[in-house]
Amino acid sequence: MATAPQTLAHRNRRTMRIALLVAIGSLSMGFASVPLYRIFCEQTGFGGTTQRADAATKVNVATGHTLSIRFDSNVTPGMPWKFYPEHRTDTVTVGARDMAIFVAKNMSDKPVTGTAAFNVTPTQAGAYFTKIQCFCFTEQTLQPGQEVRMPVLYYVDPKILDDPDNKDTQQITLSYTFYPVENGKKPS
Amino acid sequence: MTTTTANPDDFHGSHAHDDHGDHLPGFFARWFMSTNHKDIGTLYLIFAIIAGIIGGSISGLMRAELAHPGIQYLHAWAQMMDGPDASLDQAYHLWNVLITAHGLIMVFFMVMPAMIGGFGNWFVPIMIGAPDMAFPRMNNISFWLLIPAFVLLLGSTFVPGGTGNGAGTGWTVYAPLSTSGSAGPAVDMAILSLHIAGASSILGAVNFITTIFNMRAPGMTLHKMPLFVWSVLVTAFLLLLALPVLAAAITMLLTDRNFGTTFYDAAGGGDPELYQHLFWFFGHPEVYIMILPGFGIISQIVSTFSRKPVFGYLGMAYAMVAIGVVGFVVWAHHMFTTGMSVNVKMYFTAATMVIAVPTGIKIFSWIATMWGGSMSFKTPMVWAIGFIFMFTVGGVTGVVLANGGVDDVMHDTYYVVAHFHYVLSLGAVFGLFAGFYYWFPKMSGKMYNEFLGQLHFWVFFIGVNLLFFPMHFLGLSGMPRRYPDYPEAFAKWNAVASHGYEIMAVGMLIFFVNLIWSLAAGKKAADNPWGEGATTLEWTLSSPPPFHQFETLPVID
Repeated sequence: MATAPQTLAHRNRRTMRIALLVAIGSLSMGFASVPLYRIFCEQTGFGGTTQRADAATKVNVATGHTLSIRFDSNVTPGMPWKFYPEHRTDTVTVGARDMAIFVAKNMSDKPVTGTAAFNVTPTQAGAYFTKIQCFCFTEQTLQPGQEVRMPVLYYVDPKILDDPDNKDTQQITLSYTFYPVENGKKPS
Repeated sequence: MTTTTANPDDFHGSHAHDDHGDHLPGFFARWFMSTNHKDIGTLYLIFAIIAGIIGGSISGLMRAELAHPGIQYLHAWAQMMDGPDASLDQAYHLWNVLITAHGLIMVFFMVMPAMIGGFGNWFVPIMIGAPDMAFPRMNNISFWLLIPAFVLLLGSTFVPGGTGNGAGTGWTVYAPLSTSGSAGPAVDMAILSLHIAGASSILGAVNFITTIFNMRAPGMTLHKMPLFVWSVLVTAFLLLLALPVLAAAITMLLTDRNFGTTFYDAAGGGDPELYQHLFWFFGHPEVYIMILPGFGIISQIVSTFSRKPVFGYLGMAYAMVAIGVVGFVVWAHHMFTTGMSVNVKMYFTAATMVIAVPTGIKIFSWIATMWGGSMSFKTPMVWAIGFIFMFTVGGVTGVVLANGGVDDVMHDTYYVVAHFHYVLSLGAVFGLFAGFYYWFPKMSGKMYNEFLGQLHFWVFFIGVNLLFFPMHFLGLSGMPRRYPDYPEAFAKWNAVASHGYEIMAVGMLIFFVNLIWSLAAGKKAADNPWGEGATTLEWTLSSPPPFHQFETLPVID
């Protein structure tokens, strides 16, 4: 408004444009929240989102603390798979790598492709539960009647011992749910 | 608070040549192509009253069913709606349809159109000394968009929505119930209805912001604006920032439903919880959108009938700004049971409780305004005092529910239902009635009947308290919301609540009798029927105001 005097209609149109831009910005933020929410969960472990590391990552294993890990397995209703861990619980040293084996069997007479969603509880342990290798990173296709043993290579980051919110954490539950991948439906 | 020294005679000069400006367009042009803010405000109020009758009748159906344990009428209603062989499951679905329709109608088609579209349109331009809204044609579009939106929502009741006819998702439209759980076009229609109603509100918000920023009369600085104008300004900003987020969220619902996307579907890598975050990022500001204009109305009325300027005017204005700002960062207190870490819960608990501070400023300032004032207890004032009392009760239960730990127990119980009906049905609605009685003489040029107005207040007050107070007890003893049936143990307070509804309904009858009687046979209202306490600009105009006001802008000193 510092410029030469404008008519009211001009000023009104300008205010309207700014206000509409604000609304469009808000709309864009609504859509942008989809990737932002995923990144936020991955970075912070929010909602028990687990972390990923490559095999070269070195962590201090001489912590002397152990944690119990419980494995939970589900398939979505209607998916013709049997899916279960070989061992329900395991005890690991914090910082040390460990491998869990899950078994999946296609009970139908058609090939079925599945993909697994996952998280850990308590949710505040998500930031420390780190997977190096997991069947959940890719889609799995099972032929009719085929049974596979699928490994998860993981460790619990020793930083968990310094986190006051995980002071009481004695057991972490790692949960998987398998969903069928339908034709053309790509998981993100 | 503005104190204008302008007196009605100052404007009579302009009325003289108003006479040719007052040429009313024909009926169709006046009401269907209206660009006059007062006519559009009237249309909004009529629309809100019709929607309120429909939404209120639906709650009557629900209270009838809930009056006794067991299923009384629901199955028969389902057979009326879905055909004679409707199953019990379809009856339960009908229940979901009823609660959904009640919520959506009351929020989007009753409270918002009445507060913002109705009173906002009528009095914001007049109170700032403007001849009309900044964009009169856009104003007209805003109103007429509501009609198809409402028709879509009502029409959705008659098409398949999954288990039975209609959208049975709750007003929150949570995925996955609203995606994979509700096949058929009903939920699509409800979502489109929300899109259109949202577009209407966003256009309205743009219009109010432009009007208030650019069209104030000479001397009407922001810090002299009446508090009702402040409340609509803050509300308009909330609408502008919150509604597009809802639009984005429900657009993704639509694509999830119809085009195979998986924004909210874990099977495709999406997350149904994201929908809840987006919904409540809109939904929490939305509750302030519904109550802030009420705050504004109450401030005008308390000041008028105490014959004092509002206590702490600047504090009152900026308390509303603070409520609006903080309202955007507390949304997850609606989601305490979705599994959050203690720290996140702690933050949302604390942030939510912070809102009690500006709200407390408002409550105490209203009381301080009355203190030592020369009070008269006309109908608008008793509604305003009723508002302050009841809203405070709802605010206190809100502070209880704000505690993440307590909410683990209370979540989705009738305690929550009691809480939000105390702030909305006894808060926002009391604000609406207060404003209606306060401005009815100005809008219609007729006085309402004072006895019927007082009677309406007392019957309604007793009715809604009997209706909603027992819900606290039901919630504390664990009765979950959104069910048509309940164990014997909850029978007593449910029966009391249903009787409360009957009393409230009688109160509404009194209101309509008063409305019709006053329009037909009310005494002619003076320009300012409230005396020296009424200092805002609308009281300097005739009752009803001329078709075009302020052709010469008033000057405020």
